[in-house]
Amino acid sequence: MSQRIDIQKTYKLFIGGKFPRTESGRYIKWTDKNETTVVNICRGSRKDFRNAMVSARSASGGWSSRTAYNRAQILYRVGEMLEGRREQFMAELTLQGLTNKQAKNEINQSIDRFIYYAGWADKFQQVFSRVNPVSLPYFNFTLPEATGVVAAIAPDDTSLLGLVSIIAPVIAGGNSIVILASESLPLSSISFAEVLHTSDVPGGVINILTGYRSELIEHFSSHMDVNAIIYCGHNTDDQKLVEINAALNVKHVIQFPIQDWSNDKHQSPYHILKCQETKTTWHPIGF
Amino acid sequence: METINIQKTKAIDQVNTRERVSRLFSRSIKNESKMQALYLALSMIDLTTLEGKDSDGKVKQLCYKASHLHYKHPGLPHVAAICVYPTMVPIAKKELEGTGINVASVATAFPSGMADINAKLDEVKSVVDAGADEVDMVISRGRFLSGDYNYVSDEISQVKDACGKAHLKVILETGELVTLDNVQLASDIAMEAGADFIKTSTGKVSPSATPPVVLTMLEAIRDFQIKTGKKIGMKPAGGIGTAKQAIQYLVMIKETLGDEWLSPNLFRFGASSLANDLLMQIMKQSTGQYQSKDYFSID
Repeated sequence: MSQRIDIQKTYKLFIGGKFPRTESGRYIKWTDKNETTVVNICRGSRKDFRNAMVSARSASGGWSSRTAYNRAQILYRVGEMLEGRREQFMAELTLQGLTNKQAKNEINQSIDRFIYYAGWADKFQQVFSRVNPVSLPYFNFTLPEATGVVAAIAPDDTSLLGLVSIIAPVIAGGNSIVILASESLPLSSISFAEVLHTSDVPGGVINILTGYRSELIEHFSSHMDVNAIIYCGHNTDDQKLVEINAALNVKHVIQFPIQDWSNDKHQSPYHILKCQETKTTWHPIGF
Repeated sequence: METINIQKTKAIDQVNTRERVSRLFSRSIKNESKMQALYLALSMIDLTTLEGKDSDGKVKQLCYKASHLHYKHPGLPHVAAICVYPTMVPIAKKELEGTGINVASVATAFPSGMADINAKLDEVKSVVDAGADEVDMVISRGRFLSGDYNYVSDEISQVKDACGKAHLKVILETGELVTLDNVQLASDIAMEAGADFIKTSTGKVSPSATPPVVLTMLEAIRDFQIKTGKKIGMKPAGGIGTAKQAIQYLVMIKETLGDEWLSPNLFRFGASSLANDLLMQIMKQSTGQYQSKDYFSID
């Protein structure tokens, strides 16, 4: 009998709930430490980002107008789906240099992070809303609402946990997101997209690109339809560029110079609040 | 009544038409030629609002948009016309005075065309009296599909007479004509009967303007010009919302009918959201940044 050849996965982008190849046709060769496994990763282009932004914008209205309870259920469902794919992520994370123990921890924490934010999705609005005392005949109250579309540069040092820690609070708050996966450890990001595909997250709410930071950061930060930009990294030139470009249309800028995302302090309802707009209502009342 | 003898010129090869469309549409238009195409497409738009919920305010706002496309970018052309329901013609006419923008009105029981011929003619006369420069009529598709071509032809020529000086655009509603052969035949009937423009759709039936249908109509126009020397205009309408699509259609006209049709006098886009997408592309080309709808007026 002839010897069987393993079937390799094609790592593609995740845009609008579909898995297209990059429109540019360019690829990055990714090799593991022992140089035994070679994977082709899409080198996303500015046009891929533009297409992802169109999907994110059109998905944003529907997602933010769902009930908070429904969003919580969907986030929980992502956690469930992730749980069922442990083996695949174990294999990928160890291939990307983690020990078995580290990989197991990273998967556990990624699942738990989704469960954590699923819990907060229908509670943060009550916790952060307030009634303001005013000396006029108005009932005055303030509440947080989704800002819209968030563009994010994911942490480079982790393949899965960093990505998940950025995505979960953003979508728990009713935003949609376009995220650039880790450049040096990109494999699990696309496998995570497969998890999203089988959970009930509507297409376009989460879009995942792979490619070079240096090429895409300019476009992520200058696109006029982006409402908030999250930058995870230590490069001071990049941090500065993001701040300057964000000023074009006054995007929220959120910087996370964090290396180790495993600490529990990196999950917090305040992370949800970072991509929210504050709405205050003056409602007329009698004396 | 005089009868018109329509001869089927040729059968349409569907596969070939699709193939030609995909070859024309894959052409890459960049930089200066793209900018020129974007400006040209803007000047060809019939900015349209045809909703049951249209109000005076909505029409006024659309008229203002038609003449002030984007204040941040001086030197933009204005759109070719505003397209509204008959009751909105007087308001549009007043708002657009002195701007050089035409007022087009749909008539003849748009969008179904299900009315008595006299009622249709009265409607046409009343919109022309109210000041409409262009009239968009619908053909009787039921009659057409049951083979009553003379009825369709007579109706168009009567409407043409009722239009007087106003330009007549004939809507074939190709989404209901089923085959490309029917599209060609309906185009021939409309042109023989006196249409100044032929138009694909009302926008109320799906599918509306599809590329193979538009190519078939453009070829009918070309054949008609070869036969009679008359130049008939073309207006695809419905479903054209992006600058990319608009540029693809411009390539198609140039390759089928030549440079002379690259003008608002002989080509129009029936659209509402297309204008903002073209503006966003123009701003992208000139600033280098992708744009957001947040910074353009509502269409």
